[in-house]
This record gives sequence, structure tokens and C-alpha cells, in this order.
Amino acid sequence: MLRYMIRRTLFMILVLIVISIFTFIVFVKLPTTDPAIRVAGKHPTAAQLRVIRHSLGLDRSVFYQYWGFAKGLIPWPGLFLNRQVYFSWYNRVAVHDEIFSRLPVTLALTVGGAIMWLLMGIPIGIISAIKPGTLIDRAAMIFALVGVSAPVFFLALVLLYLFHFTWHIAPSSGIPPGESVIGAVLKGDFVLPWISLAVTSAAFYSRMVRGNLMETMSEDYIRTARSKGLSERRVIYKHGLRSALTPVVTMFGMDVAFLLGGAVITESVFQLPGLGQYTIQALYSADFPAVMGVTVLGAFFIVIANLVVDILYAFLDPRVRYT
Amino acid sequence: MAKIAEDVSAEPGSPGSPAGPASEVVGRSPREIFWSRFRRDRFAFVGIVFIACLIVMAIAAPWISREVTHHGPNQLFLFTMTDQYGLPKGPSKAFWFGADVAARDLFVRVMYGARTSLIVAFFATGLEMVVGVLLGVVAGFYRGKIDTLISRLMDVVLSLPVLLLALGLVSACGLQDTGCMWGLVKPGLLLVSYVIGLFSWPYIARIVRGQVLTLREREFVEAARAMGASNTRIMLREILPNIVAPIIVYTTLLIPSNILFEASLSFLGIGVPSSVPSWGHELSDASQIFDAAWWTMFFPGMFLLATTLAFNLVGDGLRDAFDPRAAAMSYRRSKRKAERRAGEQTKEAVSTA
Repeated sequence: MLRYMIRRTLFMILVLIVISIFTFIVFVKLPTTDPAIRVAGKHPTAAQLRVIRHSLGLDRSVFYQYWGFAKGLIPWPGLFLNRQVYFSWYNRVAVHDEIFSRLPVTLALTVGGAIMWLLMGIPIGIISAIKPGTLIDRAAMIFALVGVSAPVFFLALVLLYLFHFTWHIAPSSGIPPGESVIGAVLKGDFVLPWISLAVTSAAFYSRMVRGNLMETMSEDYIRTARSKGLSERRVIYKHGLRSALTPVVTMFGMDVAFLLGGAVITESVFQLPGLGQYTIQALYSADFPAVMGVTVLGAFFIVIANLVVDILYAFLDPRVRYT
Repeated sequence: MAKIAEDVSAEPGSPGSPAGPASEVVGRSPREIFWSRFRRDRFAFVGIVFIACLIVMAIAAPWISREVTHHGPNQLFLFTMTDQYGLPKGPSKAFWFGADVAARDLFVRVMYGARTSLIVAFFATGLEMVVGVLLGVVAGFYRGKIDTLISRLMDVVLSLPVLLLALGLVSACGLQDTGCMWGLVKPGLLLVSYVIGLFSWPYIARIVRGQVLTLREREFVEAARAMGASNTRIMLREILPNIVAPIIVYTTLLIPSNILFEASLSFLGIGVPSSVPSWGHELSDASQIFDAAWWTMFFPGMFLLATTLAFNLVGDGLRDAFDPRAAAMSYRRSKRKAERRAGEQTKEAVSTA
């Protein structure tokens, strides 16, 4: 087990290095715009540009530039997203501060949405798996098909149109200025974003749970459990669900991690000041250090989730050997 | 996933077998079995009809806009189609879907948007399929170091924050007309397709690799090798025909997600150039005024939803038709038991093999 974890951790570090190189190329080397001009502001002189280039390290070698960038990714206080490299080219605000002031919004959105899609997806999947062919099953599968196909931004606009503009039940988009994230959650500002974030995943999960559970229920050990005289309820929830839900754990970990890097679309439709909206604003103004910071942070979440899921999987599924 | 290979690869042997007791039973080729199953699937049929109509509409868009609606895609109708507040007017006889934010004919825009969606989706999916199948077959066939390398590459790509990097790539390459990569990649539809393809090929490669890993141990591969077939020949002529079914199914299921990907990028303003009509652009424009002009949101959104739904229906239908055990989970109860039994037999056969 220890060897397995060490190997997984080493691989994780390798992945992060590859991602950092990729991100560096995409955001620093590919754009044809000169960062110095962006930092300098209006009508810079050649001398000013030279000074800025030097201060940004743009006159040094590619490796030096990469190292400056990569150093900021080491999760160590003082180093992580250091202010020398990671600051906005527009207003010189540190990316570090921006990210951590926006993280609560993204966190509230993701956690709430995740709870909602689990509460929707898994029960729907179970019900339609144990009652195949019934009206409930058909309705559930139609929901799943439409849910999988529905674009998040369209769904969000429809929800806003119906619940806010037509029926006046839900609050409008955005968090009012001066309101804390917890206050906004309690007031229900997050309900529509949660729903629009949850529907697609809930649809996916219900399909997956249904398929897995149906396959599990035809296994031999389920027949054994039944022939022991266990109640059907116990057979399904104790024996069937355990192996049917194991793949869901993997997917859940990855999905949450992807969203923590910024639920870009949902945040931009509902004007929630989270990481995703920050990224979009930074992209519009070609403010690449900010985008790099968020991208690498997002990759960080995903890689960690991958590791946690793999280890959890080994506990949940005794067949997995840690070698 | 491995199920499909078992069934599909088990079938080529079956037409030869009825030499025994069941000789009066007419043997059906795998293709016939597939068609008879697929034809019964009404949902998939609806999906195919919708997609066909959409393709016709996309191809005929210039003709329809010239001959039927008499409105061009970029023609502005500022005087006729906006009210005194500058808001677009709703659907009417001349403007079937009303006008969009910029007072253009929304129906014509939606028609041209179908072109963008379909071109990007087909191109990106084709790219994914080629790269995914190539790397998947090579990884599964050669195993060892090559497999490790390709598999790790897949792991890395799958753990990238895809949307963020795609947004970054498109905006990095799309900022100026000169493009990036020394001018090799220019902003436009192709750029978006490349970017989408770059991030999604592992989905295909993973499935193909798994299939090839089991197929390469089968007797027919051994036989081919005994007859002196080269590795390339075995991969192309022996293994590839046996994984066509899962490839078709999963590429069909990737098309809707690629359509959504393009629409999302365009919705965020960083997809296809803003001069190109796209459902994502229309929805993004609509998000500013949809409370006063519902049609600007409704029509592009419904077309997007219907298109992804149609491709999903067809993909599901194909999967059910190719894979008896997936069909075993379908609604027909009486058939379910029999087919499951058949499925279990093939499973046993494989596990003993």
C-alpha cells in the first residue's frame, strides 16, 4: 500500500510538471502579444519597455522564464503563486489574493451543486434499475437523456427566465454587493446555479447507477444473498449498491475537481464572482498570469482528486491490488 | 466496454457454425442482426431523421436564405425589426424566429449556426477518431513501454483542466489574424476543431486500447501471425475490423459533446470568430436581453438541445444494436431474460478461453 501511494504521488508530480510546461507554452509562448506593452500601459517609451522586460525576465532564456513560472506552483508559503510572477498585467493585483478571495464562491457553488446532483442522480438511478420498464423508469431515462444533452448555459437561461422573470420565485443572478457568500447561500442566491450545474451530472449519474446496478443484480453473489433469505431491500442496498456505486466514486471525485477549477459557464451566466468568472475576465483582457494561476490550480485539484479517488478505490474494491 | 468486443468478435464465427443440429435455422450475418435491431429502435430513428433534416438545412442554408426568406445572414433590419427602445421584434410571417440582438433574421442565423456546429463537430470528432484509434491500437498491440508511454500521456491529457486550457489556446491563437505556432494555426473554425480534438482523443484511445489488448490474444490473430502476417497487417486487417463497432458507437457519442464544447466556447466569447454565425454566439447575445425577447434564447437553444439529443439517441441506439447485453437492459421484458442468458454464455466462453 505504501509503495503504491508513493508511486502514485511521484506520478502526480510528473503530471503536474507536464501540465506546467504545457500551460507555460500555451499562455506565455503562443500569444504573439508582448506582455511588456500590456504591463506598461498607454504609450510607453522604448526605455520603459526595456525596463519592464527586464523586470519580468523576458530578456532572459526560456528556461529561466519557465523556472520563474514553475517556482510559483510549489505549494510552499511564500513561493506559491508568488507576487513576482503572478500578478495582473493590468492592475498589478496579486493573483494569489484574487484567487483566494474568489475561491469561497466557487466552493459554495461546487459543493452545493455536487450534493444536489448526488441527491438527484443516485436515487433516480436506483429506482429505475429496480423497476425496469415501468413508467418511472421511462420517465427517469428520458430525464437522463435530455439532461445529458442539455447545454448548461441554455438551461441556466431557461431557469432564470421561468423562475425569476416569469414566476418571480427565485432571486436574480449575481450576489448583491456587500453580501457574504454564506449570506447569499442562505438567501437562496445559489439555488438556480446549483440546479443548472447539477442537471447534467445528475443525468449522467442516474444512467451510470442504473446500468451498473442492473448488471450487478444479475451477478452470482446477489443470487446467493437472495437465497440466504435476505430481504430484497437488504440485497439491493447492502450488496448490490456497494459495487454499483464504486465507479460513481471515481467520477464524482473528478467532476468536483474539474468544477473547483472554476465552473466557468455557470459562473458567467449567473454572474457569480468565482474563479471561473475571474478567468474569463482575464482571458478577455489577455491577462495571462491570472489565467495560468487558475489553470494550474485547477490541474492541481484534478490531480489530487485523482490520487484520492485511486486510493479510495483500492479500499472500496478489494479486487484492486496496490502494486 | 469489453462487452462489445466479445459480442462483436464472437459473431463473425457464428455463421460458419450451424453445421450441427440447428442447420435449418437461417444464419444471420452480424450486419443483419445489427440492422434488424437498429431498425426497431424508434428513438434512434427519430434522431437520424432530425440529423438528416439538420444537415440538409445546413447545406441549403444559402439557398433558403436567398429564395425563401430573402434575408441574408448578416443583413440588418434595424428599422423594421426593432421597436422604439431598440429591442428586437418577435417571430412574424417574414421573420419566422424573430430578430436577434443585432436585428438580424434569427431563423437565417440559426440555419447558418447549424453549419458551424456540424462542421466543427464532424471535423473535431474525425480528428479525435484518427488520433485515438491510431494511438489506442498501437498501445494495445505493442504493449510494454509504448503502451506505458501512451497510457501515461492519456492520463495527463485527461487530468488537464480542459475548458480553461481550451479557452487559453483559442484566445492565444485567435487574438491576432496571424494565429500562432508560426502561422500554422489560424483563428477560425479549424482552430476550435483542433483544440477540441486535442483534448478528447483519449476517450477513444482508452476504449480502443482495452479492446485491442484482449483481441490480440485471440486465436485468429495467432493464426494470422502463423501465416506470416506482419504487425501492420494484423493491426489493420485483423484487429481493426473487429473494433469498428465500438469505434462507431463512441465517436457518435462524442459528436454531441463536441457540439456542446464548441457552443460553450462560443458562448463564452472565445470560440469561433464573432463574425461566424454560431448557436453559442446567439445564446451569448441573448443572455443580455432574454427577459424581454424570449425567442432570441429559445430558438438557438432548442436547436442546440435537439441536435445533441438526436446524436445521443442515435449513439445509444447504435450501442444497443451492436451490443446484445446493453439491449438486455432495454424495456422489452420478455426478451430481456433470453438475451441475458445468451450474454452470460458468451461471457463464460470468454472467461474460459
